[in-house]
Parts: sequence; structure tokens; C-alpha cells
Amino acid sequence: MNIPMVKSEGVHKSFGSLEVLKGIDLEVQRGEVFCIVGPSGSGKSTFLRCINHLEKIDRGRLSVDGELVGYRQHGDKLYELKDRDAAKKRREIGMVFQRFNLFPHMTVLQNVMEAPVRVRKEPVAQVRERAMRLLDRVGLVGKADAYPRQLSGGQQQRVAIARALAMEPKLMLFDEPTSALDPELVGEVLDVMRQLAVDGMTMIVVTHEMGFAREVGDNLVFMDDGMVVETGRPRDVLNNPSHERTKAFLSKVL
Amino acid sequence: MTQPLHTESIKAIPVRHRGRWVATAVIFVLVAMFINMAVTNPNFEWDVIAANLFNNMILRGVWATIWITVVAMIVGIILGVVLAVMRLSPNPLLSNVAYGYIWFFRGTPVLVQLIFWFNLAVLVPNISLGIPFGPTFVSWDTNSVITPFVAALLGLALNEAAYMAEISRAGIQSVDEGQVEASSALGMSRAQTMRRIVLPQAMRVIIPPTGNEVISMLKTTSLVSVVAMPELFYNTQQIYARTYQTIPLLIVASIWYLILTSVLTTGQFYIERHYGRGSSNEKPPTFLQRLRLNIFRFHSQPPTPPSSTLLDAHGGVR
Repeated sequence: MNIPMVKSEGVHKSFGSLEVLKGIDLEVQRGEVFCIVGPSGSGKSTFLRCINHLEKIDRGRLSVDGELVGYRQHGDKLYELKDRDAAKKRREIGMVFQRFNLFPHMTVLQNVMEAPVRVRKEPVAQVRERAMRLLDRVGLVGKADAYPRQLSGGQQQRVAIARALAMEPKLMLFDEPTSALDPELVGEVLDVMRQLAVDGMTMIVVTHEMGFAREVGDNLVFMDDGMVVETGRPRDVLNNPSHERTKAFLSKVL
Repeated sequence: MTQPLHTESIKAIPVRHRGRWVATAVIFVLVAMFINMAVTNPNFEWDVIAANLFNNMILRGVWATIWITVVAMIVGIILGVVLAVMRLSPNPLLSNVAYGYIWFFRGTPVLVQLIFWFNLAVLVPNISLGIPFGPTFVSWDTNSVITPFVAALLGLALNEAAYMAEISRAGIQSVDEGQVEASSALGMSRAQTMRRIVLPQAMRVIIPPTGNEVISMLKTTSLVSVVAMPELFYNTQQIYARTYQTIPLLIVASIWYLILTSVLTTGQFYIERHYGRGSSNEKPPTFLQRLRLNIFRFHSQPPTPPSSTLLDAHGGVR
């Protein structure tokens, strides 16, 4: 049986009285690049953060690789996961943030090595070797001993990708990974992501880069006001949107 | 007609600061008057000051002052950081306990706390270890446990912890939330995140006010004289109570306090300089560097900044 990597059924999320997600239904298959687009405030990022339980959902069911996110089901009762168990599940999901969030007091290499050494308790030599391989993959071996502030935004984001990959995740979440970058630096980050897609990584990408979505994405959803408005092949949705709201949004960004 | 090209470096007449010269003269006169008064006024009794500056009792007092400052600060900092982490904990019990602690120890004068600890025996004559409401295993006489040193330490350290907790909390909260998110996304536990990611970054904000606290603590130790702890001020009092040379001995004590705070101020400068790493590559000049720079300036040459500090402010990568 083929279990989807991510399955979301009627997911709701509110911050106080503000309902941010109003019933999200979608499935992400293994090895797929799944793009989420939509205007700001539409709940894209919040949904992404629900997937690795940085936010708790209020209603519905959300599962990763067949296991509920943040809860354990026993009979027909749900039990909240302990912090430690939730953390254990996050290890298998990599996340890349809009503002990189590298650890500024550590070198590039230390950034990449921190979690495998401290969380997975792997031997340092083994982690170092893997970290250098990953830095090579994102083209930054030469910067291993630099501090994040000495790097450009694009380089920082590539380090952030290597850092997430160091935990050998089965799923990568990208939260507007190029939105904070100078235009000329966007390409180098997208190149790394494109390569990752070719290597078969399952990726969910919240993005405003329609070109990337069209070229690399296998599936695309358009979200607005906490709901999935339209879903389909990126080419179809972007070229022939069937909803007014999608059309209105695309006419502004394309 | 073509404009002449100005290729040579500018030699302009600098602005004259007349006000500065006047102020300098006024201050110079005032200082001269003060020094004259200090030297000619026999009541200063400089000979007594000189005779007592390295008096054995004074030196022992200096040592005790340093010792209690160090121990009280170490206990205060550790307890303070623990309280700050508790205060920010999602566990309401921990956070309220920390809040209550800070409320109490910041809300009562440290002098009162000192005397209170010293007189603990009146309230609790014996201190025992055992099962609550059950049998006791060992018991001590409170008066033998709470020596002047212990009373002083409890009073100063517990009070200091409340202030350090607030300083640490501000430091922890100054760290970008994204850092916590990134570490949780990597599967790090709350404790790991705090220890490995948040606290090292909070240090930059925590260190400067902590230096201030150390200096403040050094002087607050003089309060400990009320519980007969023989530190600098207590020993000074002991001497002038016998000899009635109050003023010269107070000057002796002040000289020592000034020496100690000067050493601490210098240390604070270098520690701050070290922890400034994260923010920029530019470091403030040390005293010697500043001196050198000022000497250059007197030669009316624009001082060339040490090039290494200005290069690479952004890594020179972009």
C-alpha cells in the first residue's frame, strides 16, 4: 500500500479568534515536489509549520508518513505527544526558513554538525565527513570555517539547507526560502533545491517563485484565506487558473 | 573654461573649539584648588592613611571583600539564570515560583535580608534533615550553621539572584525567536536549545549589566559589616572605633574600593569586547590603542584607523 508522505484532512488552526486555516485537505506523495502559493496571510506558512508541529492544529487530522503529527491515537482517543516525542518526529523533517535562522555564534560547519552530534548522538568524525559532503553539494566547502554573518544571504540559505539535510530527513519543508534574498542570489538557492528534487527528496515548498514551481513542481496548490482554492499540475494552475481568486493573484505576481 | 582638478588631499583649517578651552581652564583651576586643600589640610592625616593602607587588618578585609563578592556573584548568577529559565518555562508552577522569588527578594531591602539571615536562629532554632512531618535523621543548631559568612552569603547571593534573573530574562528574550524555531525543527530538546543556542547568544546582552552588578556587589558587601563579617569596611570600622581616626580610615577603605572597581571595570571592558563578536567585526579600541590614536591626533594628522578592524565588515563576500 502506498501511504502518502503527508496527508491533511480538514485541518483547522486558529490564533485566538483569528481562524488562519479553515479546513485544509491535501496529500503529498513520496518523492514529490509540492508547491504552495498564495497571497501573504493566506495560511501557507502556518500550514507548513503545522506539519512539523511547530504549531498545534485545532481540528482535523494531519499525518506524516502514516503517523499523526503531535498526537498518538489509542482506540478512538487522542493523546498529546510529550515534547520529547514530538522532537523525535521533527528530526525526520527538515525545515528551511525564510530568514535562514542559522546559529550566528557557530561556524558554518558547526551549524551543520550541531543536530546530528547533539540530537542523534552520532560520532563526530562521521558527522564531519557527512557535513563536508553536504557543504560540497551546496557548493560551500570553502566556507566551512566562516561565520554566518560573513556569508551572503544566498550562501546562508544554502548552509541552512545543508544543515537540514544533515539530519537525513525524509521530508523537507521550505518556507519562502528565497523571499529574503537579493534578486541576484535567488538562483543559487533554487539550483540547490532543483538538484534536491532530482535526487528524489520529498519537498513541500511555500514560494512566490512561479518559475520554479512551474519547472520543478509536481503538484501545486493555491491557497487563499485559509483554504485550498485550487490544486493541480503547476502548469495547468498557473496557465489556466479556473478560479477568479487564483486569476486575480496570478495577474499580480506573474 | 575648465574646472581645476583638486587631486591633492584637503588641508583645511580645523574648527576652533573655544568653549572647550574655557571649560578645561575652569576644571583645571577647580582640581588645583582641591589638590591644594587635600595637601594642606592637616585633617586628612595623610600619614595615617599611608600607615594604614597596607595594615594587616585592612588587607585581610580586602581579601574577605573580594572573596565574598566572588562567591555571592557566582551563586547569584547561577541561581539567577536558573530562575530566568524557570520564569520563561511553559510550566506555570515553575514560572510562578520564579516570579514569587523575584517579587520577594527584590521587594525587601538587602540590609533587612542580611540581618534576617543572621538572626535565623530566633525563628528556627534547629535545622534538621528528615522525612517531612516524619522522623528526623540529623539536626544542627542554627547558630552553628549560620556563621557571619553564611549569613552574608545568603543575604547577598539570594538577593543578587533576583536581579540576575531579570537581567538573564532580558538576555534570553533578546535572542531571535527564529533561533528557537530552527533548533526545534532540528529536533533539539528545550534544554539543548537553551544551553547550546539561546544562552550563548543571550550572553552578549547579559554580560554588560552583569559587570555592573559585580561592581555594585563589591560595594554592597560593606553592608555585611552589620552581621560582624570581617570584610574591608567592618575592619576599617574596627580600627577607627579604637583610634578615632575616622576620616583617614574611610579614605583608606575608599582607596581600596576604587582600586578593586577599577580592576573590575577594565575586566568588564575586555569581556564585553570578546562577546561583541556576533554583532560586528569592529571592536572598540583598548585603552592603549586609544592612547596611541590620541597621540597621533595631537600631531594633527588624521589618524589612520587600524585597517584590520574596518576591513571585511561584511566578510567581503558579496
